[in-house]
Amino acid sequence: MNLTLNIWRQDGPNAQGRMVTYQLADVSEHMSFLEMLDVLNEQLVEKGEEPIAFDSDCREGICGMCGLMINGKAHGPEVTTTCQLHMRSFHDGDTITIEPWRATAFPVLRDLVVDRSAFDRIIQSGGFISVNTGAAPESHSVPVPKAKADRAFESAKCIGCGACVAACPNAAGMLFMGAKVTHLGELPQGQPERWARVVKMVSQHDHEGFGGCTNTGACADACPKEIPLDVINQLNKDLLAAMRVRG
Amino acid sequence: MTITNPAADTFGMYTVGDKIADTKAPDTPIDKMWTTRKFDAALVNPSNRRKLSVIIVGTGLAGAAAAASLGEAGYNVQVFFYQDSARRAHSIAAQGGINAAKNYNGDGDSVYRLFYDTVKGGDYRARETNVYRLAEVSANIIDQCVAQGVPFAREYGGLLDNRSFGGTQVARTFYAAGQTGQQLLIGAYQALERQVAKGTVKEFKRHEMLELIVVDGRARGIVARNMATGELETHLADAVVLASGGYGNVFFLSTNAMGCNVTATWRAHRKGAYFGNPCYTQIHPTCIPVAGDYQSKLTLMSESLRNDGRIWVPKRAEDCDKDPRQIPEEDRDYYLERIYPAFGNLVPRDIASRQAKNVCDEGRGVGPKVGDFRRGVYLDFAESIERLGRAAIEEKYGNLFDMYAQITGESPYEVPMRIYPAVHYTMGGLWVDYDLQTSITGLYAAGEANFSDHGANRLGASSLMQCLGDGYFVLPNTIRDYLAHGPFEKVSPDAPEVAAALAAAKGRIDRLMSVNGDRSVDSFHKELGHIMWEYCGMERTEEGLLKAIGLIRSLREEFWRNVRVLGSADTLNQSLERAGRVADFLELGELMCIDALHRRESCGGHFRGESQTEDGEALRHDDEFLYVAAWEFAGGEDGVFGTPVLHKEDLVYKSIELKQRSYK
Amino acid sequence: MATQTLLKGETTARRTTVFMKVLMASTGALFVFYVLMHMYGNLKIFAGAKAFDEYAEHLREMLVPILPYSGFLWLFRVLLVVALLVHAYAAFTLWSRANSARPQRYAVKSAAKGAARSKMMRWGGITLLTWLIFHLVQFTIAKVNFNGAFSAEALKIDGHASTGMLVVASFKLWWVVLIYLIALVALGMHLFHGVWSGAQTLGWTNSARSRKLAHTVAHLVAAVVVIGFAVPPLAILAGLVTGK
Ligand SMILES: Cc1cc2nc3c(=O)[nH]c(=O)nc-3n(C[C@H](O)[C@H](O)[C@H](O)COP(=O)(O)OP(=O)(O)OC[C@H]3O[C@@H](n4cnc5c(N)ncnc54)[C@H](O)[C@@H]3O)c2cc1C
Ligand code: HEM
Ligand code: HEM
Ligand code: SF4
Ligand code: F3S
Ligand code: FES
Repeated sequence: MNLTLNIWRQDGPNAQGRMVTYQLADVSEHMSFLEMLDVLNEQLVEKGEEPIAFDSDCREGICGMCGLMINGKAHGPEVTTTCQLHMRSFHDGDTITIEPWRATAFPVLRDLVVDRSAFDRIIQSGGFISVNTGAAPESHSVPVPKAKADRAFESAKCIGCGACVAACPNAAGMLFMGAKVTHLGELPQGQPERWARVVKMVSQHDHEGFGGCTNTGACADACPKEIPLDVINQLNKDLLAAMRVRG
Repeated sequence: MTITNPAADTFGMYTVGDKIADTKAPDTPIDKMWTTRKFDAALVNPSNRRKLSVIIVGTGLAGAAAAASLGEAGYNVQVFFYQDSARRAHSIAAQGGINAAKNYNGDGDSVYRLFYDTVKGGDYRARETNVYRLAEVSANIIDQCVAQGVPFAREYGGLLDNRSFGGTQVARTFYAAGQTGQQLLIGAYQALERQVAKGTVKEFKRHEMLELIVVDGRARGIVARNMATGELETHLADAVVLASGGYGNVFFLSTNAMGCNVTATWRAHRKGAYFGNPCYTQIHPTCIPVAGDYQSKLTLMSESLRNDGRIWVPKRAEDCDKDPRQIPEEDRDYYLERIYPAFGNLVPRDIASRQAKNVCDEGRGVGPKVGDFRRGVYLDFAESIERLGRAAIEEKYGNLFDMYAQITGESPYEVPMRIYPAVHYTMGGLWVDYDLQTSITGLYAAGEANFSDHGANRLGASSLMQCLGDGYFVLPNTIRDYLAHGPFEKVSPDAPEVAAALAAAKGRIDRLMSVNGDRSVDSFHKELGHIMWEYCGMERTEEGLLKAIGLIRSLREEFWRNVRVLGSADTLNQSLERAGRVADFLELGELMCIDALHRRESCGGHFRGESQTEDGEALRHDDEFLYVAAWEFAGGEDGVFGTPVLHKEDLVYKSIELKQRSYK
Repeated sequence: MATQTLLKGETTARRTTVFMKVLMASTGALFVFYVLMHMYGNLKIFAGAKAFDEYAEHLREMLVPILPYSGFLWLFRVLLVVALLVHAYAAFTLWSRANSARPQRYAVKSAAKGAARSKMMRWGGITLLTWLIFHLVQFTIAKVNFNGAFSAEALKIDGHASTGMLVVASFKLWWVVLIYLIALVALGMHLFHGVWSGAQTLGWTNSARSRKLAHTVAHLVAAVVVIGFAVPPLAILAGLVTGK
């Protein structure tokens, strides 16, 4: 198939960006979206133009490194990561507009590459269970009801890609955070720090310049790991409980 | 047995140096060794730890676990990785699970049995002292991960579930659906971030290590490029740990992540760290085949699929482009069932892989043509679906089938899956002693980056175990012994060794930027991968390897003359990043071929065409090759690769009896 | 490029954006309660303007003699005004945060329902507020009669100015009805999302069942409120209610 691609090009964090249009011919429907960009890049290099920078690593939908806004949708038209999106989701003659995640908390580094360090700092603020190496009790000393273990796992599937932020009209990182709060909050090991964790994480989130959530639900629709919206409910609930417990 | 002159002809490719040996494992019975070593290792007063600094390259399971643990202990840790977050290291992609000798099922598992299985699985080419320790710490790994909140699969009673994996007879594999690596890594990552918040660990994201700094014979720092700004930085410390993962990407196509590279370990190798068993590569039989020459990576489909799928290709090459459902039963060749009636579709990874290659080489492969051949065989579930019902298959393999459908656009419920072997893991890596110290004092290697625990073949679910064992339990104890002698004399940022390392990294970048040739970096990488796959892949022969070495040499020569890297070195420049990695792969590839050439036996993942039994089984030669091949770099500018020196470390088995592997 | 750091020191739940949401949800809940009561009161118009006035009078006599005449009403009014200020403050804070959280817009506008919803809530809220001022001026503060066909005398019952009659007179004008209908659409949409959203904010939607229930309740409340409010004006316009 033949495609017209509108791609955001930006030379550096402080440079003025612009949309550039490229034509790409003979795209196979079996290509992944990123392989399509690889092919475009090879052609650009041949022509002596600098290739387009975009992030990816595992290319199997698990590391969370990739992430593009494709025709206004985070990770494109399917519920999957950009690297797992395939060209059979598009048609001959399509125009595809590709943009980076847009959020103050995710500044653009170059072209389609953004800096998601804010997510790391949210985890640093409290997204963990404090247990030093060697200080762990025998694992069977604390049974975990299966239902809770399963819910913890469902929430722990988050890959930290940032699509939730990219899709949210408020650029809020609540789904990401809710996923972590729910993962750790469901487990007995996560209880001692539960109330402090949610307050610290949300405070860091706000400090990073993300927007606030207004329950619009676009995040859960965009999430490639189908993290459900109830994790945000859980987060809200835990924050309210934290107010009661901690004052 | 067709082995030629055992008085090894070196083909002028290498020279043989002194033998080496591990000197750190205490001389006690194997089950007391680790306790003794921990006790003997010197202690560091808590208040002094802050003054001792460690650089860790890599935040996979090995690196993140080590960094978190050393941070908790109070050392001053700096950790480097090329992704934008520590959570994205390649360990995240591991699917199947992690082994541990917990014996929760009372099925006779024990530390000794795990040790035994690992050594045997490695085809008796691993060092037994290290492997025993691995089995010993395995149970603690699970405890640590559970305490961190890793959501392992559980049974209704709330206790942990296990499955059996990789052909072992006990169920000792802990798992979190098909995302075990992800969950373990997130656990380690969170522990790491906790230390970052405490200030004991400093993270350097989007930083790629380009040089090792060695001062007075000790590893004292690294040169890293800030990939976001292009800046070259030097970082100094009392000790350096490389946990930079495997080098399977030398094959271009592999199940590794796009960024996996050998640069960190290769640069250390160039500075004097021996490289152990570089040719030991694991090729996994069930991956999604290549669909076209644009393909950038291969995806693993869990091995468990072979339990219910039947593998076949058409009997006649003419049928290969037919719809498989139209090919009648009598025209199909269920070749594994035919050749190995006892094991059938469940033969070990290397056999299954090799036979798939053979039938495709005969022109009977299926799927789209890539180049001149169709590279794929059918993995057919039609019979199982008929026998067990679609629902049962869906429950077992639903998510794998979905992933397959996502990638290929075909539903395995309707059409047979197509699979093909792909490079998956590299058992080789930097040579280390019992303390995980390399041949450079103060330089340690952990995880897939070292060579130590898997011999010539790795068992399923044991890499995650090794990485976490190294990171959480081994390194913090052994590195402590080294650091207790520090802090070492402060290295000035202007010291000649530092300046030289910086200049070397800068020189290489400048050279890459100034070649300005005609060919893209990827085109070189693809060609190298092709050579490696063809001649140093599933089956190696003397003739092929010699040819490969010649091809690699001329490709490397062309690379430095004709590569095209556009843009500037002072910004984020992904072509430049790749160019540096490919430059190192072009050297490593040659060493791998030389290693494969010198090892004229078949063992584990290394199958030498000249060393097989009459019915095509691998034939080991313990009399000649019961050693680790530790290679010393023999000098040379970038792109120039002197004649490497082979140091042999004899493998001594005191606690285990040597046996030939058999599956007939 | 902004480089953020890890927050140091104590953090409090009350300074978070989630708490802003909680403020909105609790004030919103108060509005829902008020609106439902008000709607019920409005339906008294079918029993005649007199019954309508008596109902209003009854409100003023609530809790007398514990509170002075109109005391309860005033307390409630103050509460409502404060709640409205808080609600609007939180809404605008989140709105402006959202704007600075994404100064650079996407070239392709998202087709996702999220963007439409947040626009609907915000512009719908503003529409409501504007209309509310008009509404208060019309019926509470100035008691303005736009309908020339009704003299001041005609609006009196037993010599007292009757709010019920003012209502009847007002809705005999088609354009007043139209303004109200528009406002009701805005209100309906606001509640349609708002009630569910409030439940989510307060942590009541933790399971698939409770989530579904919250959606159903939200749709129900929105429907009841819109219909309940729309019926009297339409009936008056249609001449079914004369006030006498
Ligand atoms: C698809 C797949 C499935 C697997 N499944 C299993 C399984 O089920 N069970 C099992 O036991 N094993 C499995 N393995 C193997 C296992 O996942 C890996 O061997 C293991 O995770 C390696 O971990 P590591 O810590 O050594 O390195 P990695 O996780 O590879 O991490 C390497 C780190 O080093 C950094 N790095 C690399 N080079 C540089 C450089 N030059 N400069 C700076 N930083 C650098 C990277 O940023 C990264 O942080 C699987 C492997 C694959 C590919
Ligand atoms: C000043 C004008 C107003 C503005 C700008 C405004 C805006 C908003 C916004 C942005 C929300 C948040 C939606 C969300 O969290 O998803 C909201 C919620 C809500 N609003 Fe309003 N609103 C206004 C007036 C009103 C009025 C007059 C009422 C009542 C009749 C009302 C009732 C509600 C309710 C019930 C909610 C749900 C609470 C919640 O979402 O947490 N609002 N409003
Ligand atoms: C058809 C619809 C409506 C009619 C006929 C109506 C009628 C009235 C009347 C007659 C009053 C004056 C009561 C008195 O002073 O005794 C009043 C007051 C008020 N109305 Fe409405 N109203 C309608 C809809 C609404 C809606 C939708 C809202 C809110 C969103 C609202 C909010 C108020 C408020 C806040 C007051 C002031 C109450 C007070 O005096 O304390 N009204 N309304
Ligand atoms: S919640 Fe979903 S969209 Fe958000 S970061 Fe996690 S995986 Fe990505
Ligand atoms: S889209 Fe945004 S508004 Fe909340 S529900 Fe999701 S974070
Ligand atoms: S590249 Fe890893 S998730 Fe897409």
